[in-house]
Amino acid sequence: MLERLGLMPAQASTIASTTDALYWFLIGLSFVFSMGIAGALVYFSVRYRRRSDADQATQIHGSLALELVWTIIPFGLTMIVFVWSANLFVTIKRPPDDALEVLVIGKQWMWKLQHLEGRREINELHVPIGQAVKLTLTSEDVIHSFFVPAFRIKQDAVPGRYTTAWFEATKTGTYHLFCAEYCGTEHARMIGRVVVMEPADFQAWLAGEETPVQAMAVGGDGDTVVEAGAELFARLGCGTCHRDVRGALGPTLAGVFGSDVRLQDGGTVVADEAYLRESILDPRARIVQGYQAVMPTFQGLVSEEGMLQLVTYIKSLSEGRGS
Amino acid sequence: MSPTQDPALEAPERATHYLNVDYGIWSWLLTKDHKRIALLYLVSITFMFFLGGLFALAIRLELLTPGADVVGADTYNKLFTMHGVIMIFFFLVPSIPAVLGNFLVPLMIGARDLAFPRLNLASWYVYTIGALFGLWAVFTGGVDTGWTFYAPYSTSASYTKVVPTIVGAFFAGFSSIFTGLNFIVTIHRMRAPGLTWFRLPLFIWAHYATSIVIILGTPVIAITLGLVAIERVFRIGIFDPALGGDPILFQHLFWFYSHPAVYIMILPSMGVISEVITCFSRKQIFGYSFVAISSLAIAFLGFLVWGHHMFVSGQSVYAALIFSVLSFAVAIPSAVKVFNWTATLYKGSISFEAPMLYALGFIGLFTIGGLTGLFLAALGLDVHVHDTYFVVAHFHYIMVGGAIMGYLGGIHFWWPKISGRRYPETLARLSALIVFLGFNLTFFPQFILGYLGMPRRYHVYPEEFQVLNVMSTAGASILGAGYLLPMLYLAWSLRWGPRAEANPWRATGLEWQTASPPPTENFPRTPLVTEEPYAYPLREVREY
Amino acid sequence: MTTGEHTVAHQFDDAEQQHEASTFGMWLFLVTEILFFGGLFTCYVVYRALYPEAFAAGSHHLDLTLGALNTVVLIGSSLTMALAVHAAQLGRRGPLQLFLALTIVLGSVFLVVKGFEYAEKFQHGLVPGADFVFEGGKAPHVELFYGLYFTMTGLHAVHMVIGVGVLAALLVLARRGRFGAAYFTPVEVTGLYWHFVDVVWIFLFPLLYLLGGH
Repeated sequence: MLERLGLMPAQASTIASTTDALYWFLIGLSFVFSMGIAGALVYFSVRYRRRSDADQATQIHGSLALELVWTIIPFGLTMIVFVWSANLFVTIKRPPDDALEVLVIGKQWMWKLQHLEGRREINELHVPIGQAVKLTLTSEDVIHSFFVPAFRIKQDAVPGRYTTAWFEATKTGTYHLFCAEYCGTEHARMIGRVVVMEPADFQAWLAGEETPVQAMAVGGDGDTVVEAGAELFARLGCGTCHRDVRGALGPTLAGVFGSDVRLQDGGTVVADEAYLRESILDPRARIVQGYQAVMPTFQGLVSEEGMLQLVTYIKSLSEGRGS
Repeated sequence: MSPTQDPALEAPERATHYLNVDYGIWSWLLTKDHKRIALLYLVSITFMFFLGGLFALAIRLELLTPGADVVGADTYNKLFTMHGVIMIFFFLVPSIPAVLGNFLVPLMIGARDLAFPRLNLASWYVYTIGALFGLWAVFTGGVDTGWTFYAPYSTSASYTKVVPTIVGAFFAGFSSIFTGLNFIVTIHRMRAPGLTWFRLPLFIWAHYATSIVIILGTPVIAITLGLVAIERVFRIGIFDPALGGDPILFQHLFWFYSHPAVYIMILPSMGVISEVITCFSRKQIFGYSFVAISSLAIAFLGFLVWGHHMFVSGQSVYAALIFSVLSFAVAIPSAVKVFNWTATLYKGSISFEAPMLYALGFIGLFTIGGLTGLFLAALGLDVHVHDTYFVVAHFHYIMVGGAIMGYLGGIHFWWPKISGRRYPETLARLSALIVFLGFNLTFFPQFILGYLGMPRRYHVYPEEFQVLNVMSTAGASILGAGYLLPMLYLAWSLRWGPRAEANPWRATGLEWQTASPPPTENFPRTPLVTEEPYAYPLREVREY
Repeated sequence: MTTGEHTVAHQFDDAEQQHEASTFGMWLFLVTEILFFGGLFTCYVVYRALYPEAFAAGSHHLDLTLGALNTVVLIGSSLTMALAVHAAQLGRRGPLQLFLALTIVLGSVFLVVKGFEYAEKFQHGLVPGADFVFEGGKAPHVELFYGLYFTMTGLHAVHMVIGVGVLAALLVLARRGRFGAAYFTPVEVTGLYWHFVDVVWIFLFPLLYLLGGH
């Protein structure tokens, strides 16, 4: 019920309910102690308020017995919580042997995921329900953190080393994926979705031609091609690199269509539709001068329909400049 | 004025004291009087507090809506960074020690000044230089690394004013070290005759423990941030993964100070609470030695728990287990204090002037803040709430609901001593109430937001988080008003407040046995201490 | 004033309290210095454990002779410093000035030798950064060693420079007869500082220079 009121996150993994149980236990403990203290403060304040200057306090130095009681009992309670939470933590840290493996690379500002069977995703993770999934994470640049609140898991992705995390989803649906370690400008937009599917649907997805883009319902009825392209542009995280600021990882796309692009090898090329398509599918073929070859390929991540939407959108960024 | 002239013989209005002994600007800027230095600090940190508060208001304004409607991403990232840097390094760490500690430590132990007055003045100048570097960074583009300066973002991916900010924090750290060093030597060596360790006010115990933490912890953050600056300037990569450097090593070094730093920020406040609770219950503190020793226990254990900031960093499971159990342990001495303060009220004779309201608020809010720390110490649970608004709520309950309320309570309690004036009581009580209500409305919803999964340092967020964010922003505006009021009426009281007598609260403590404001030398004669602390009821009230 | 008398500062009850407070204060300051250098030593320990061969290789290229010479020089300067404090204690102005001067000289020799070592590193491209080369190529872990080498010895050198500056000031004051049997606290606490800086070097030398087996 609290979930429907928007006060608790969905429980969509095997550890979510244990995590929540621990949480509620601590809430209960906190409630008891804080109400106890608050109650005592209020009661004493009222009961022993000074009514006249003649009111005398009773001087009490202390009580060893009380000190022992209120040291030992809280310590005992905290140790209970420690054991319970440590147990949960060890579970969180030990992936089962039969886990499906997914490689995760965080980079400013997108998540690149690769299923071992071959499918690649950007900012999206498709997984089957009822099957352990183990993530191996790293970063290409700064520290990021892979956080799925509905699963109650979080793991930093650190450059220069591999970290791991695992989960087993228990409910189909779509859940938030957040980056939870501040990583620069678009940290708050380094978000995505985890899509939990029935095993049969997942197998079909894994094997199929269907690209994740089509599953994203790009463009509703009435959206123009340019609008659909803009939405796709945002979902694939293109704007995290292609920005009009100093230090951007990719050249700005405003006004690029129809212009002459200077390449790393000294040559130039006219940025027509074919060039745009090639840049998206095979970005290392021609590198723009002054930029590094860091753009990932979107081969297999964009359908033909999506490609047309993107190209049309990029063309629209040159409106008003003769092509 | 010669030290042998008894100010008791002078009419209060014409008595010479530390404020009117000389009005020249150089008598202030070159003063060696710890009381004047405390006021120099008061001016500086108040300015920094309001600057940090402005950034907080800007943050909350942006978070009213899910989109980036007030500021863009880069600006927002600078806002939360500068809010944190200013509030932690330039406000909270110095606040009570540099203002109340500087003013009161010599008075409370019957000394004429601190051990090293020139070092004390130097500490204020070093602080000011640091603050100027910080301000320069703020006004020439800002810094966006987060106050935590995590590598490699801070060393190689941020294009903002990281180095000037670090230099500012570095200077502020040295200022802090000078203060801590001064306090330790003073408390050890300059107590009045008869003032044994277990006759010391708990405010002194708190500052003693704080000073130990400062001495041991601050140098580590200095070298750590220094290495970040060196890497940016000289390209000597100590944390650079490309060279085999380890970003997690940065985190270990950073948190080795920054965790104890939170105890630097809360222990002095706890010292204030002990003084206020006893005075306004007219009662001996319950469990004096337990409260005193728990300050030391917090300082000691506080150095052993830094890894609880790193449970999901890639740290080993064994390290995590050790840090978790110790983090639970460090909660216990704080709980002991809360129980002892509460027990002090039992069979007391209680009145509710503003300092007492702040102290009672502190106990309630610190309790909640401390209890929510247990959620974070709990390993399995921390995986979920780490780096979310749950953490933000937790530390604001401690730092704002705790430390700042203690600071304001202390400012009000000792205001008559410091300024020689009374503040308007009704207005002060109203402000305390406004602060309490505004604070809870601001930060309680953030616990819920955090468990829902809203990460920290996000300027845009999914729509379902908006209602709680709006509540939080509403609270922030109320809280801001609550902080403005004391600024205004305390300033007003300097000119128009009624003059204060030496001991308006009828409190025990050596600081109340001399005039308000005190003469430069503090005491006409060195006091002799024969009683335990908090020896209520006060046997005699001398007129000064 | 030749007896080195000194008025007790107003906050102290007597000269003894003042003296005790000053030395206590200096010890506390040295504790902060231990923690300050400690951060760097921590980095060193961690990386050396991770990359022992690279650290040995980097250490091998340091000039052991100059390092050993500097160690002897610095230990010698601690001796002259201790003799200076002793002379001050006994109120012997001449020897005090002599030993202060000798300490300054030895400290300066150390810094000059260090300067030569640094210059040689620059020539051989062993300075971390974009131009770092080691035995003809890029060696990231060795670059880490040199990063620590420069930071640790550099920080130590900064402390030496400050120490030499303070000693020079003390020498001037000693010439004016400010110190004597009744008051020599500044000499004593500077001695404490100087010995500390020496001890830091005694740790740095084996950790940086003696790894490679020469």
